[in-house]
Amino acid sequence: MQKKMIAMLLAGGQGSRLYVLTKDLAKPAVPFGGKYRIIDFPLSNCVNSGIDTVGILTQYEPFELSEYIGNGQPWDLDRMGGGAYVLPPYQRNTGRDWYKGTANAIYQNLRFIERYNPDYVVILSGDHIYKMDYSKMLEVHEEKGAAVTVAALKVPLSEASRFGVIIADEEGYITEFEEKPKNPRSDLASMGIYIFSADKLKKYLTEDEADPTSENDFGKNVLPKMLEAGEKMAVYAFEGYWKDVGTVDSLWEAHMDLLDGSDLNLYEKDWRIYSRNPVMPPHMVSEGAKVTGSMVTEGCEVAGEVEKSVLFAGVTVEKGAEIKESIVMPGAVIKAGAKVLKTIVGEKAVIGENAKVGCGCADAKITLIGPEANVKAEETVEPGAIFGKEAVK
Amino acid sequence: MKNDILGIIVCNMHDDLIPQLTANRTLGSIPFGGRYRMIDFALSNMTNSGIYDVGLVPSKNYQSLMNHVGNGQEWDMSRKNGGLSILPPYAGERGVYRGRMEALYGVREYIKASSAAHVVLSDSDVVANIDLRPVIKQHEESGADITLVYKRSEVFREKKQCAALFFDECGKLLDLYLNPELEGTQNIYLDIAIIKKPLLDELIAECASKDEHSFVHSVLMEKKGVLNIRGYLFDGWCNKLTGLRNYLDASLALLDPAVRKSLFPAERPIYTRVRDEVSAKYGENAKVSETLVTDGCHIDGEVEKSVLFRSATVEKDAKVKGCVLMHNTFVGEGSTLEWVITDKNVVIPAGTHLAGSEKYPLYIPKDTVL
Repeated sequence: MQKKMIAMLLAGGQGSRLYVLTKDLAKPAVPFGGKYRIIDFPLSNCVNSGIDTVGILTQYEPFELSEYIGNGQPWDLDRMGGGAYVLPPYQRNTGRDWYKGTANAIYQNLRFIERYNPDYVVILSGDHIYKMDYSKMLEVHEEKGAAVTVAALKVPLSEASRFGVIIADEEGYITEFEEKPKNPRSDLASMGIYIFSADKLKKYLTEDEADPTSENDFGKNVLPKMLEAGEKMAVYAFEGYWKDVGTVDSLWEAHMDLLDGSDLNLYEKDWRIYSRNPVMPPHMVSEGAKVTGSMVTEGCEVAGEVEKSVLFAGVTVEKGAEIKESIVMPGAVIKAGAKVLKTIVGEKAVIGENAKVGCGCADAKITLIGPEANVKAEETVEPGAIFGKEAVK
Repeated sequence: MKNDILGIIVCNMHDDLIPQLTANRTLGSIPFGGRYRMIDFALSNMTNSGIYDVGLVPSKNYQSLMNHVGNGQEWDMSRKNGGLSILPPYAGERGVYRGRMEALYGVREYIKASSAAHVVLSDSDVVANIDLRPVIKQHEESGADITLVYKRSEVFREKKQCAALFFDECGKLLDLYLNPELEGTQNIYLDIAIIKKPLLDELIAECASKDEHSFVHSVLMEKKGVLNIRGYLFDGWCNKLTGLRNYLDASLALLDPAVRKSLFPAERPIYTRVRDEVSAKYGENAKVSETLVTDGCHIDGEVEKSVLFRSATVEKDAKVKGCVLMHNTFVGEGSTLEWVITDKNVVIPAGTHLAGSEKYPLYIPKDTVL
């Protein structure tokens, strides 16, 4: 059956700026928002936009991600003639290669795309938190008769130099790209979301692959090439919350945004974010506990104090423990009397009795405790430190 | 490795025990414990014991039940061979069944077609995490025709559906009393039985020909001298629903860590339909203690000794104590609720005061807007 549009999700990100969190885990598999992993956002966006076929390109620590995606059922992506497919690099008779760049990753899977023979392909990345209806973007793409449409977000001009900036004419056609310009001439930042007409995608990816000087990157190589060739390239101005959670600080900030709820609201019933659900009972708040301004989910046992924090599934907070402005990932244990302030605690980490982690001061840096790390009783972890499973860095 | 056990769950037995909660649903679909339905316990016990061929036998009001179990995938029972089968009664045959044997008669072809050696019969009125593997093992090793699962407990206060079992020195069933006036701890039958399948086929046919419908009367009482009927003691926490007060007691029992440990061990999870709710959110004014809270709740008021189901809301300055608030209950600002059970979608406007008693909870029916 021919598809109108399929999605290709780039989930190979190593996420080196998340340090210990991504040591054994691909960035898109990093937990987010109490019940989710980052990849749930683009996946749910796909399903909510009516896309039923998603190729997920992985190469860095793919095991957990593959296990997590499974048959795609939690996202309703266990479909006949479609669904979710994890696509690692593979060997072919012409040789074998790791994915060299974003464009090369898609190039290596052109056969997957051809199999579904879609009119359009949307290219997504697996490391952003946002809710977006790709079908609306497709409307713009069709209306403009473009070869490619790039989603862009308006950012303050002062911050635009951190992004790939798009300069467009009044009718919404792209005239120029600037990669992290010192003096940006536009406030439209590329979100790394592209809708290609399938034939154009195939053409330019094949050309890009034949060019030995190319870094095989969409932003750096493919899109500028298309502009040069005089292709019609449209911009889709997205309005709403969008955050790259590729650093410890931005991951923490996004969770604070979530608690604030005004920009990032997950409670809207018409755009649910789906996830693979752990099978756990409701959470228990015991006598003497105090939970305010926080989000808590299944399987948690809270006997201590939790303020302005996000607790993931199966977290234990013992009596007298204090958690403030922190993110505690699945299965972590905060022992009696421990203090956890402005900290990200990784999966299954243990914070020992009366340990003190981080600092609650306004200017204190975010502290990071790695997955399965063990902070000993009475130990102090300085604010801004990265505390891994093996040794303190 | 090969599984030769068939599970049959009769969903409408004992509906009359809690007429309030079963007005629009089967006993199996009564919500329990924040995110579950009664049937989840029986189904999960089957899954966790490696029984994946399970027939559900409802008789009426089973729309909510079918909606809940779907194709059985949440219990790993969406299978090509076997899996979950919902077996509604054939219209016109006998209508609503009067007892278990009549319910089984209605699905006799399904049972006959199974190649299983034994059948686990269960109702959906028991809240417990029971590993059935040792029960099956004992059943097979003892050579019993029927093995009955029981617990040690006093005769239920309500004296309803309470069967006390008596065994001889060799462990064979001597006698069975229904709702007896007995003091002290007894062997109380949990309405979970394992029976040899060929025997079950015979008994179903025999009961039908005599127009008998009760498993307890026509099989256990009648045939206790002829058949080798034995017992298996379950010593974990369990509750057999006997009425509204018992429903509240059992709900609040979940606040005890030992009960949760027995009911929700990590290695034998209780599965249920996943609803993709967001985490529960606590406001700045929230004051919560000794309470079980489910995803999707919004709490900005005071909650004590209660169970909150999915998407319940307790607004600022509201006080909730000793309550069970089912899915989507809304408690407005400044309201107070004590010993109240609200069914789904109940709206309590701001400034409302409602109180039942610990011994006689106040029940507010589904969709009530006060």
